[in-house]
Amino acid sequence: MIKTLTTDLELDLEADVLVIGGGPSGTWAAWSAASSGSRVILVDKGYCGTTGCAAASGNGVWYVPPDPEARETAKASRESLGGFLADRNWMDRVLNQTYVSVNQLAEWGYPFPTDDEGKPYRRSLQGPEYMRLMRRQIQRAGVKILDNSPALELLVDDDGAVAGATGVNRQTGEKWIVRSPATIIATGGCAFLSKALGCNVLTGDGYLMAAEAGAEMSGMEFSNAYGISPAFSSVTKTLFYNWATFTYEDGTVIPGASSHRRSVIAETLLQQPVYAIIDKAAESMRPSMRLAQPNFFLPFDRAGIDPFTQRFPVTLRLEGTVRGTGGIRIVDESCASSVRGLYAAGDAATRELICGGFTGGGSHNAAWAISSGYWSGKSAAEYTHSLGEHKTQRQVKRVGEVVLHSGSDRTLATDEIIQAVQAEVFPYEKNYFRTEQGLTESLGRLNHLWQELRSSQVTSEKELPRAREAAAMLATARWMYSSAIERKETRGMHKHLDYPEQDANQQHYLISGGLDQVWVKSQPLHGTEKSQSKIGAAV
Amino acid sequence: MIELVSESRCIECNICVNICPTNVFDRVPDAPPTIARQSDCQTCYMCELYCPVDALYVAPESDMKTSVNEAELIQIGLLGSYRENVGWGHKRTSTAKADETFQILKQMK
Ligand SMILES: Cc1cc2nc3c(=O)[nH]c(=O)nc-3n(C[C@H](O)[C@H](O)[C@H](O)COP(=O)(O)OP(=O)(O)OC[C@H]3O[C@@H](n4cnc5c(N)ncnc54)[C@H](O)[C@@H]3O)c2cc1C
Ligand code: SF4
Ligand code: SF4
Repeated sequence: MIKTLTTDLELDLEADVLVIGGGPSGTWAAWSAASSGSRVILVDKGYCGTTGCAAASGNGVWYVPPDPEARETAKASRESLGGFLADRNWMDRVLNQTYVSVNQLAEWGYPFPTDDEGKPYRRSLQGPEYMRLMRRQIQRAGVKILDNSPALELLVDDDGAVAGATGVNRQTGEKWIVRSPATIIATGGCAFLSKALGCNVLTGDGYLMAAEAGAEMSGMEFSNAYGISPAFSSVTKTLFYNWATFTYEDGTVIPGASSHRRSVIAETLLQQPVYAIIDKAAESMRPSMRLAQPNFFLPFDRAGIDPFTQRFPVTLRLEGTVRGTGGIRIVDESCASSVRGLYAAGDAATRELICGGFTGGGSHNAAWAISSGYWSGKSAAEYTHSLGEHKTQRQVKRVGEVVLHSGSDRTLATDEIIQAVQAEVFPYEKNYFRTEQGLTESLGRLNHLWQELRSSQVTSEKELPRAREAAAMLATARWMYSSAIERKETRGMHKHLDYPEQDANQQHYLISGGLDQVWVKSQPLHGTEKSQSKIGAAV
Repeated sequence: MIELVSESRCIECNICVNICPTNVFDRVPDAPPTIARQSDCQTCYMCELYCPVDALYVAPESDMKTSVNEAELIQIGLLGSYRENVGWGHKRTSTAKADETFQILKQMK
């Protein structure tokens, strides 16, 4: 299947480190690699600075000063929610690194506010501001950015080590190739084109590319995060629903519904519309809310609704692995994947290490994006450096296959495949409330779609980026449901109606992978190594 | 979804074409960009923030088209309102400095 590379590519570049994805994790990775002296290229599907979910939404950050008591509380608070899958050593590392890096943001000029005691307050980042700053910083550090340039497939060398990627500029049609001994996947999670705020660039592309090179996923059963938004809108910001009352259409309160108990909202939505009103927010708090999250109020102001005094219909939009915790498996503290030369950061990587099977709120994702970005950049640069002369003498070949070549003349019905995947992952009765039967039937249909996809081809190169997105979403859905079937219990965000209890015998990770043959296996906790030995061994 | 590129305001800088995360616009020689793939719009409002002259309007409805009237939007102050709220643009300062998340988290149970 593997084709040797023919160079019909217009833009042929070399780098020490290639970063795929320009959200928080990708920009932190690019910055740390470049500031250790490496030549870094960052490619993004959109425009680094505006794309990805952090740029559009903003983030609370798990920023905890190094006070032992505060740190202990921070670690303990999430352990049970996450189903006891998190690792305290990783939590410590992330808390340390996030603290240092967020302070660095202040030095770079991020305009952090001061609290009412006059102390700097650094637990919240406004998205557009944060990501505009990150773009400027990496440019200053010498990173070359290719915007509007989705990566389509990875390259590997003769030994199977990842050696860069190829892609296309979606505006000019120009194809590009970047050869690099180390590559970082920072492509974010997969939200299945649900239009959750800033999430439509996040289609699981990085998972697919990594899997084609042989990488493994972990925690794909923790992939059913749903965000609350006004029914008409994309704005899935959930913090302020903490002060909401949820009602039926006639105004009666829905018993038990709250932003923490979304399952009640989901159950009701299966039968009838759900309304919300942010009426528990004190009058005095409302101006602060506007200053904290200007974009929360955008849809309301534009639709002429006062959310504090008027009821409005709400829905739950799938955010998939974006605010789930599954992703590419990390094998050691350098954020390496199981394939040589390939690293993963941010939402593209598993976050089980710091929050087990549950995130959303609590700001772990933003902290993970910063820390894993920083480490992956640093270790990728060290790895390339350790290869010395050898690195430039390699033959490379493309390793992507799905929808790229099939040898059949059947036309790929991309939009239909996307809709069919959405029909399996959006509905609450399939993905939120999981059952053995429901998962098995869905997986059957998804497997069938996969066969269809594998035996069809796009008719024009222009369609390739969207076709690869469709393939990535389909592959992601199959890892998700295969893992969900394997986890015969309820843990973290994985709610299994046939097994409503948490089972002490299943306190392990579920690793998954494979393309035509999807597989899942369990792995004991504490499955990552310290990085010293690995980086040391490569020198 | 994005509903308006104001012909009268647009200075044809093509910034929106470049920065839209989902590649909704197409550039047109000597004319304002066109909304070429409206259904791909993810309603993220980023183009409004980057347009230097407040020529764009993103309606809050994310799954369906709506019709908008430019004069009306200007009159009720919605053209460029998000950019103003975050304090971007000439002679403004970023409102990130005024972020009062700390006040809100104090009230969290
Ligand atoms: C509405 C919302 C609110 C949130 N609030 C919080 C919060 O308060 N606290 C918190 O901790 N977390 C929050 N999160 C999650 C947080 O935003 C993410 O965890 C974080 O942004 C992840 O960063 P990332 O760089 O890994 O991914 P992203 O920011 O999603 O960036 C991924 C990048 O990869 C690019 N890309 C994708 N595919 C390709 C490809 N094929 N080729 C090239 N580039 C590609 C995308 O264009 C994008 O720029 C929120 C998420 C949402 C949706
Ligand atoms: S950013 Fe604004 S001014 Fe520039 S081309 Fe787009 S609409 Fe016109
Ligand atoms: S709202 Fe976002 S996706 Fe829609 S046109 Fe503007 S920048 Fe593009």
